[in-house]
Amino acid sequence: MSNYLTGDPATLLDAIPYCRHLGITAAVKDGSLLLTMPFVQHLIGNPVLPALHGGVIGSLLETAAIAQVIYETRPERLPKPVDITVDYLRSGRAVDSFARARIARQGKRVVNVHAEMWQEDESKPVAALRGHLLL
Amino acid sequence: MSDAPEWLKHAKKHMNLTPYLAGIGGEIVEVGTPAIARVPYSDKLVGDPQTGVVHGGVITGLLDHTSGLAVMVKLREPMPIATLDLRIDYMRPAKPHQDIFAECICVRVTHEVAFVRGTAHQGDANDPIALCTGAFMIIRGGVHGIPVTPA
Repeated sequence: MSNYLTGDPATLLDAIPYCRHLGITAAVKDGSLLLTMPFVQHLIGNPVLPALHGGVIGSLLETAAIAQVIYETRPERLPKPVDITVDYLRSGRAVDSFARARIARQGKRVVNVHAEMWQEDESKPVAALRGHLLL
Repeated sequence: MSDAPEWLKHAKKHMNLTPYLAGIGGEIVEVGTPAIARVPYSDKLVGDPQTGVVHGGVITGLLDHTSGLAVMVKLREPMPIATLDLRIDYMRPAKPHQDIFAECICVRVTHEVAFVRGTAHQGDANDPIALCTGAFMIIRGGVHGIPVTPA
């Protein structure tokens, strides 16, 4: 357990129970982490549309931000979110979702991260996150 | 709650049955001002396996859900709403093995947009684990799925 932060990024999220609950996995692609969240029924927030819950979308984006920071900085402790802002751009449909994050600025203690989530088309983001994490 | 319109009572049931909320073991506590929801601690919500602290996404999810409920409380009739944006400030990590509550108030509703403020805490609202600010789109005339007549 102590070294799950420095191990294989693909297994990083397996150690986090809430990520397992949402079914989020990570793989290295083009030098950054690509997160995948296959659609399952308990991600739904609005059964009428149907649409993913805003909290699920926020959770995927926050996980992408944290995972990317771990991947790039290899910290001893899990980075702590200080604040996040999620912009919801489109309704999240009942299909598989993907997310990617990039570090906009890394200081000694605080990292500014941007993340995006999409479904079928990466050029049509469903939601975007900006946030600060404490190392 | 007793003087709440019939559709709002249905909305409570409707919001409790949301698959995401049910999946994290959460429930609506109060349909009022503030709107209150609760999620009991459970191992599957953990975001930091070294400390047992709940994932920030659980707090985001609970605040988003409760914010939506707070908007419904301010509406005169049921209509679908969609989150435009949500900002969460994390004051401190949630203590493991304790319930998390979200309390949200819709500060203002205009024709198209509603503005919400909320707090997440573990029993004392004056000692918050997170604060939120949200804006919601109100989709007038949209399909909401909440029954308006008695069940």
